[in-house]
Amino acid sequence: MGTVNRQLRILVAKPGLDGHDRGAKIIARALRDAGIEVVYTGLHQTPEMIVATAIQEDVDAVGLSILSGAHMTIFPAVIELLAAQKASDIKVFGGGIIPQDDVPKLKAKGVAELFLPGTSTQTTVEWIRANVKPRGAAA
Amino acid sequence: MSFSTEDLAAVLKERSSWTAEELTQALVRLPRRKKEFHTDSGIPIPDVVDATTRRSANELRDVGYPGRFPFTRGPQPTMYRGRLWTMRQFAGFGSPEDTNKRFKYLLEHGVTGLSTAFDMPALMGYDADHSMSRGEVGKEGVAVSSLRDFELLFDGIPLADVTTSMTINATAPIALAMYVAVAEAQGTPRAKLGGTLQNDMLKEYIAQKEWMVPPGPAVKMNCDVIEFCAREMPRWNPVSVSGYHIREAGATAVQELAFTIADGLAYVQECVGRGLDVDSFAQRLSFFWDVHNDFFEEVAKFRAARRMWARLMRDRFKARKTESLLLRTHAQTAGVSLTAQQPLNNVVRVALQGLAAVLGGTQSLHTNSLDETYALPTEQAVTVALRTQQIIAHESGVDRVIDPLAGSHYVEWLTDEMETRAMELITKIDEMGGMLKAVENGFPQREIAESAFRWQREVETEERLVVGVNAFQSAEGAPIATLKVDEDVQAAQIERLRLVKASRDGAAVARALAGVERAARDGANVMLPIIAAVKAYGTLGEISDVFRKVFGVYRDDGRF
Repeated sequence: MGTVNRQLRILVAKPGLDGHDRGAKIIARALRDAGIEVVYTGLHQTPEMIVATAIQEDVDAVGLSILSGAHMTIFPAVIELLAAQKASDIKVFGGGIIPQDDVPKLKAKGVAELFLPGTSTQTTVEWIRANVKPRGAAA
Repeated sequence: MSFSTEDLAAVLKERSSWTAEELTQALVRLPRRKKEFHTDSGIPIPDVVDATTRRSANELRDVGYPGRFPFTRGPQPTMYRGRLWTMRQFAGFGSPEDTNKRFKYLLEHGVTGLSTAFDMPALMGYDADHSMSRGEVGKEGVAVSSLRDFELLFDGIPLADVTTSMTINATAPIALAMYVAVAEAQGTPRAKLGGTLQNDMLKEYIAQKEWMVPPGPAVKMNCDVIEFCAREMPRWNPVSVSGYHIREAGATAVQELAFTIADGLAYVQECVGRGLDVDSFAQRLSFFWDVHNDFFEEVAKFRAARRMWARLMRDRFKARKTESLLLRTHAQTAGVSLTAQQPLNNVVRVALQGLAAVLGGTQSLHTNSLDETYALPTEQAVTVALRTQQIIAHESGVDRVIDPLAGSHYVEWLTDEMETRAMELITKIDEMGGMLKAVENGFPQREIAESAFRWQREVETEERLVVGVNAFQSAEGAPIATLKVDEDVQAAQIERLRLVKASRDGAAVARALAGVERAARDGANVMLPIIAAVKAYGTLGEISDVFRKVFGVYRDDGRF
């Protein structure tokens, strides 16, 4: 890409008890195919587990896939835990079954972007390219 | 159709001349829209199918009559002329009281069977107050932790008169025990209860991913339920071998067919292996298919499934009773095919899919609601979904004759193709040592992830058009109303659980849980000890903890 920046590193995370991982796996694979380094947590992660992995793996952003209706609890929990770890520069985005009404509320709580059903993986890749920068790199 | 050799020769001659003349001329003027046409499973489709295209075409051997081997045309001799399919709308959200209200609403509006969705904590074996349950109580289904919740869930619903389906797997033995306890408290003995427990763990590891312990002990407990029901609950379906979740996770129709039948074979193998006579339990095994968009392929799938199961049960397990060979099934329209864009279009998708299930000869059907890409359905959306079934049943006329698509060259050819291709996959699984081994090796999981990724790529390259998503988009309309689950449900459920624990006999609970543990360690059937534990108000989480302690916890490897 002609920059000195290292490759982007994204954590795709599947919080909570919901087992619908079709979307998370497709996104993980599409990001990897687009040349982004991807770490996938696997299923059934607590917010604490997700934040610990994000810090340990030194990722630039966390993408949460939630289809369980628990989005209003889980997104804010991850954002708060990142802040507590002084890692608020790790962007949090996500996708899944999320009613329109909840989108502005989640953005107000610090979610950078939400991708609803029918979004192409290309749209997500482009958003990441435009909005996520390697942590610590000059903006 | 069984054609004589002369007939086939005449058909072949006619087709050759049609291909050389009319078809060739027409293609000069107007070439085919696509280089190749194929079904959603990737089966290439010729311009026309006729008697010469069909490999087997032995009408009596492969098609036959409804209610008679190999049951391609249906499991019963009368089908919908005798009794319509059961209209069974899956429901469950919020507190047990919320869902009880929805059940009563559905019964008043003409559903003929109940179908219970449990929340994620219940499915995974956690009580409402567990840290893993945070934010999830009552969200994707009804919240239940103890027998007290089951009493409220079925309050005022006479369990002697309805049949109830319960979609629950890892904790299925506990849910069945609670249902039995509620019924017995109502005065209905367990032998009189009718319904279905999903109780199919193999597809959990393959697709739905709501598990507790590793696959080996999980399958063993599935079979404990089958054995218990064979002995004590003759009207109950102890397992619903489910293709639905496999398909929703991205499998093709052929993969759904193959993996599901292979799961069924694995349960039968386990039960036979512990010394049960196949004819003592096989007649209560039931199935559950997805109904997706490719209309004829879906119809063919139902027909092929019945034929495959009958042949496998007869030849592999030497089942002798007719009922042991029957594949009876529930079906649900494909949630994954619904779109958030232009949601009213979903009504049309559901109608077409519901029609395919009926033409495939389903025994029971759930039609999805138009708003399910946003949230659990509203009452209004559920009503439209139910009315869709009622229109198919009472207005379309398709109920008036049995298996109306039989004899269609295309449908019979596709039925043959589905069977052949699915049997190839089943042979591969047999060579791996059966489905339990294949699941432990991740074989079906990988195959499904591949298919899911291929589907997504086809949508993104516009090789596959999805109306309103990558074609025929329109400006966003006004948002539709969606159901909100009360955020207070969790706190209320935790409080109720606290009261249950405060008022029960703690020593009796401990004794009952020790009984469950002893059965689990000894490899004995766990059902009776679980019934004793739930009656003492031992909770779903406490009983699950016993199994986690004895068998260990299963974890996702995070492969993608």
